[in-house]
Amino acid sequence: MLDVRNLEVAYGSIRALHGVSLHVPEKSIVTLIGANGAGKSSTLRALSGLIKTKAGTVTYEGNEITNQAPHRIVARGLCHVPEGRMIFPNLTIEENLRMGAFLRRDAKGIAADMDYVFTIFPRLLERRKQLAGTLSGGEQQMLAISRALMGKPKFLMLDEPSLGIAPLLVKAIFQKIVEINRTQGLTILLVEQNANLALEVSSYGYVLETGKVILEGPSADLRANPQVQAAYLGI
Amino acid sequence: MEQFAQQLLNGLFLGSIYALIALGYTMVYGVLRFINFAHGDVFMLGAFSGLYLNRWLGPSLASLHWSISLTIILVLSMLICAALGILIEFLAYRPLRNRPRLNVLITAIGVSLLIEYTGQHPAVFGATQQPFPALIPANNISLTGNLAVTNTQMIVFVTVVLLLVALRYIVMKTRMGLAMRALSLNPTASALMGVNNSVVISFTFGLGSALAAAGGILYASLYPSVEPFMGIMPGLKAFIAAVLGGIGNIPGAALGGLIIGVTETLVGGYSSVVGLPTGYKDGVAFVILILILLFKPSGLLGKTEREKV
Ligand SMILES: Nc1ncnc2c1ncn2[C@@H]1O[C@H](COP(=O)(O)OP(=O)(O)OP(=O)(O)O)[C@@H](O)[C@H]1O
Ligand SMILES: [Mg+2]
Repeated sequence: MLDVRNLEVAYGSIRALHGVSLHVPEKSIVTLIGANGAGKSSTLRALSGLIKTKAGTVTYEGNEITNQAPHRIVARGLCHVPEGRMIFPNLTIEENLRMGAFLRRDAKGIAADMDYVFTIFPRLLERRKQLAGTLSGGEQQMLAISRALMGKPKFLMLDEPSLGIAPLLVKAIFQKIVEINRTQGLTILLVEQNANLALEVSSYGYVLETGKVILEGPSADLRANPQVQAAYLGI
Repeated sequence: MEQFAQQLLNGLFLGSIYALIALGYTMVYGVLRFINFAHGDVFMLGAFSGLYLNRWLGPSLASLHWSISLTIILVLSMLICAALGILIEFLAYRPLRNRPRLNVLITAIGVSLLIEYTGQHPAVFGATQQPFPALIPANNISLTGNLAVTNTQMIVFVTVVLLLVALRYIVMKTRMGLAMRALSLNPTASALMGVNNSVVISFTFGLGSALAAAGGILYASLYPSVEPFMGIMPGLKAFIAAVLGGIGNIPGAALGGLIIGVTETLVGGYSSVVGLPTGYKDGVAFVILILILLFKPSGLLGKTEREKV
C-alpha cells in the first residue's frame, strides 16, 4: 500500500534520514522502532508532507506522493497523528473531532463516526463539550486518535501513542488500535519507543538508527533477535 | 451627570468602529502571528470606495431608499476591500511566509506607506481632504432626558452590531470559521486535518479587510471628511484595542475597541476641566498601551495557552 524508497531528510545542515526504505502492506500493522533521535518522527513527517524530502520517493496506492502538500496527502486517506498529539486546546472535544472530519461533507457519516469513536473511548463522550486543553494527557491521546479516525483514513500513522501515559492505559489504547485495524481494515504505521508493545501488536518491524534502517523483519523474529533484545527490549 | 452619559454614549459609537478595525488586526494575528500594519490603510480605502461608489452609482441609486443605497455601497466597498486585503497578503506577505516575523512586519509598514503615498498622488485620491457624502440622512433623535443621538450614530451602531453578529456566526458556526480557529491554535495540526492553510489565511485577510472597509465608511459618516492618511490614527488605536483585549482574541478586540472609544471621548470631554487641550484625547490610547504592556501584556481576555505533553 505504501512504498518508501531511499528517503532522505535534512534540517538545514543536519541530516536526519540517510536513505530510509519501508514497505507497508494493506491492512497490516507495521512498526518503526529506534532510540531517541533515530529519525522516526522525521520519517512520518516526510510521509505526511510536513517536511520536504531531499531525495527518495513515497508511493501510495501506486501514485507517487513525494513532497505533496499535507492537505493533499490527507485527502488521499493518509492520516498522521503527530508526536505530542497536537490537539486543539481551545476547541471543545466535539470541535476537535469535527476538525478531524474537515474534508468530509457527509453529515450523517460524520455523526455515525463520532458515535463510533465515542464507543471506543467513552470518556470522550462524557466530556464532549469540554475544552480539549483540559483533558489529561492520556485522554488527549485518545482524542488525537479519535480525531484521526474521524477523517475515515485508509492509512494511519501514529507517533508514540504511549508517550506519557500510564502502562495500564497504554495497554488499553493499544488494544483499541488493534481492534480498529481488525474491524475497519485500517493500515497502520506505528512509531514507538515502547518496542515490546509495538512488536507485540505489529506483524512487521523496522529498526531505525541514526537515520538508517539497520534491521527489519517479521515482528516475532525481531523480538527473538538478541541484538534487538539488548538494545530495545531491555532483556 | 447627563453630560457624562452623553459622552459615554458618544464614546460607545466611536468605540464600536474601533472594534470593527481591531477585529481585523486580531484575526490576522491569530492565523499568522504578525501585525498587519497596512490594516488602517484598508480602512482608508474602504472610506474612499464609499466615496467613489456613491459618486458613480449615486445617480442610479437616487430613486432607492437611503438604507438600501447605503447597504449596496457598504457591501460593495466591503467586497472591494476584501479583494484588496487578499491581494496584499498574496503579493506582500505570502512570499515571506517562512521568514523571520520581523521581515513581514517591516514589509507591512512598507505596504502601509505605499498605499498612503500612492493615495496622495493627484491621479489617485489627492492629498487634500474631501467631504464624505451623507449616506445617512442627518436628524437628531432625542432619547430620554437631554441625551441626543444623531441618526448617523444610531445607524453606525446598528450596523456594527449586525456585522459583529455575522462575524460571530462565521467564526463559531461555519466550517471556515472552525478552520480559522484551528489554524490559529496549531497550523501544523490544521494542515494534518486536511486544511489548506493558505486558503484560510486568504479568507481571514478578506474578512478582516471587509470589516475595516465597513469601519471606514461608518467612520467617514460620523466625521465626514476623507484623505489618504485618515487610516493612521484609527488604525493605531484599533491596534491598541486589539492588544488591550488580548491579541488574537476576538471578543477581546471588540471589548478593547469600546474601552478605547469611551475613554478617549471621556478624556476629550473633560480635559478642559483639568486645563488640558482636547487634543490630548489622542494620547489616551497610547497611555493605555503602555499600561497594558506593563501590567497585563496578555490583554484583558487573553489567555496564556497551555498544551499538555
Ligand atoms: N526541527 C528540527 N530542526 C533540526 N533538527 C531536527 C528537527 N527535528 C528533528 N531534528 C533532528 O533530526 C534527528 C531525528 O529526529 P526525530 O525527531 O526524527 O527523532 P525520533 O526518532 O522521532 O526521536 P524521539 O524518539 O526522541 O522522538 C535528530 O537528530 C533531531 O535532533
Ligand atoms: Mg519522535
